[in-house]
Amino acid sequence: MKFVAAEILPDETPPPPPPRQWNNARLTGNILMLFWMLAGIGLVWFLYSAWSPEKFDRYGIKYWTGLQTTLSLVGISIVLGAIISLPIAFGRLSKNKIIGALSFSYVYIFRGTPLLVQVFLIYYGLGTFRAELDALGIWIFFRDAWNCAILAFTLNTAAYQAEILRGAIQSVPKGQWEGADSLGIPRWKTFRKIILPQALIVALRPYGNEIILMIKGSAIVALVTVYDLMGETRRAYSRTFDFQMYIWAAVFYFVIVEALRNIWNWLEKRLTRHLKR
Amino acid sequence: MTSWELLSFGDTGWGDEIASGVVITISLALATLPLGLLIGFLVALAKQSQEWSLRTAADIYTTIFRGLPELLTLFLVYFGMQIAVQQTIALMGLDISFEFNSFVAGMIALGLVFSSYASEVFLSAFRAIPQGQYEGGFALGIRKKTVMRLIIFPQLVRIALPGLANLWMLLLKDTALVSAIGLADIVRQTGIAARVTKQAFLFYGVSFLLFLILALLSSIVIARIEAFSEKGDAR
Repeated sequence: MKFVAAEILPDETPPPPPPRQWNNARLTGNILMLFWMLAGIGLVWFLYSAWSPEKFDRYGIKYWTGLQTTLSLVGISIVLGAIISLPIAFGRLSKNKIIGALSFSYVYIFRGTPLLVQVFLIYYGLGTFRAELDALGIWIFFRDAWNCAILAFTLNTAAYQAEILRGAIQSVPKGQWEGADSLGIPRWKTFRKIILPQALIVALRPYGNEIILMIKGSAIVALVTVYDLMGETRRAYSRTFDFQMYIWAAVFYFVIVEALRNIWNWLEKRLTRHLKR
Repeated sequence: MTSWELLSFGDTGWGDEIASGVVITISLALATLPLGLLIGFLVALAKQSQEWSLRTAADIYTTIFRGLPELLTLFLVYFGMQIAVQQTIALMGLDISFEFNSFVAGMIALGLVFSSYASEVFLSAFRAIPQGQYEGGFALGIRKKTVMRLIIFPQLVRIALPGLANLWMLLLKDTALVSAIGLADIVRQTGIAARVTKQAFLFYGVSFLLFLILALLSSIVIARIEAFSEKGDAR
């Protein structure tokens, strides 16, 4: 006789999952989610009710130019900072003690002080030496808040980027250098073709964070009369005393930062797909 | 006047004004630290909860306050709270003019930013602690809260310390922003001195150096604390 399991044990529907218990975590979580939902609805409702075509006509375009100012400020300083960061990073890696100490001091000084104070020191501080700078013919450069902001941001981000680069280069195992050496590959070619590609993958995430930090940090140029997104917001608020101006700025900054973060996540996933196992 | 006279304490010099600015900056940073640490820890706890809604609520918190510029957060808190309180007063039919304290506004805004970063530091520290540490505690019949306090927390602090030290440096630098809402910190005081005396480079240079000194002092203290926390490490 043949026994088939189906004859002995008829199909049974699995028991329903036990009802989810109400505990403290669930209660707190639901209350907090309710709070965020109400805050979100309140935000949309506030922006909707405060909407006025007249203000949009007058300040909408200002926000757009402010946004462009912010993005170009950050773009230019990141690129210039990347160039300046190269010698500093090599200085940090150098075996020469003096060069090492000099580049360490540079990095420490620019990372240890607020960006705001650096901008103030360059823009307002250098005004003290106006006569001397005029004699040198470079006062025209320092007279403009935009130039001073670019200079301060570049020097600042160069220090951070140098540290990112140094950490990334040091994270490449020594065997990579030695392997290339034993194959008789010149040092510079080893660096460019073997070390750097591996280091840049490691540096990808910190670089993304640095760009986001710069976008957020760039808001302080509004305090030295550069009309970036924050500067236009402050100007619009001081004229209208309408709080929606700040809310809109928050929305714009938030959207930029989140978009960049997601693009960077995608980029990292794409560029490291050969490392997935 | 020479630089030394300008920086001297007393009626003619700006030394005492700047010194009071240093006190404000340090006390703001020190006042924000426990607030930020506490909220950051609670948010980290929420983030690793099994409850979906609690996790999401905590994630929203971090995403918002890490996505906004610190200066904007400061303005939102300062002006937003002022408006909110004024409207509440008007609703209650009272006639009081209300000025929001810029120290408190700075503390709240910096605390929001600090805590959202700190929650990430705590979260990664939580993940670095093996599950067996909890299970071992439960197996001995120790209560959940006691396991947290006596077994997890001491390890957590040690792992989170370098990250938190970084955040302290960030916080110290971010305090410079409160000068924008009128708090008489280092930047504000040196700025006033620079405008009055027309010696901008001297005074902004002083504030630059003061922040550098604060950073150096912090590095020394942090190195001490780290050495202390590593004393019990197995070698």
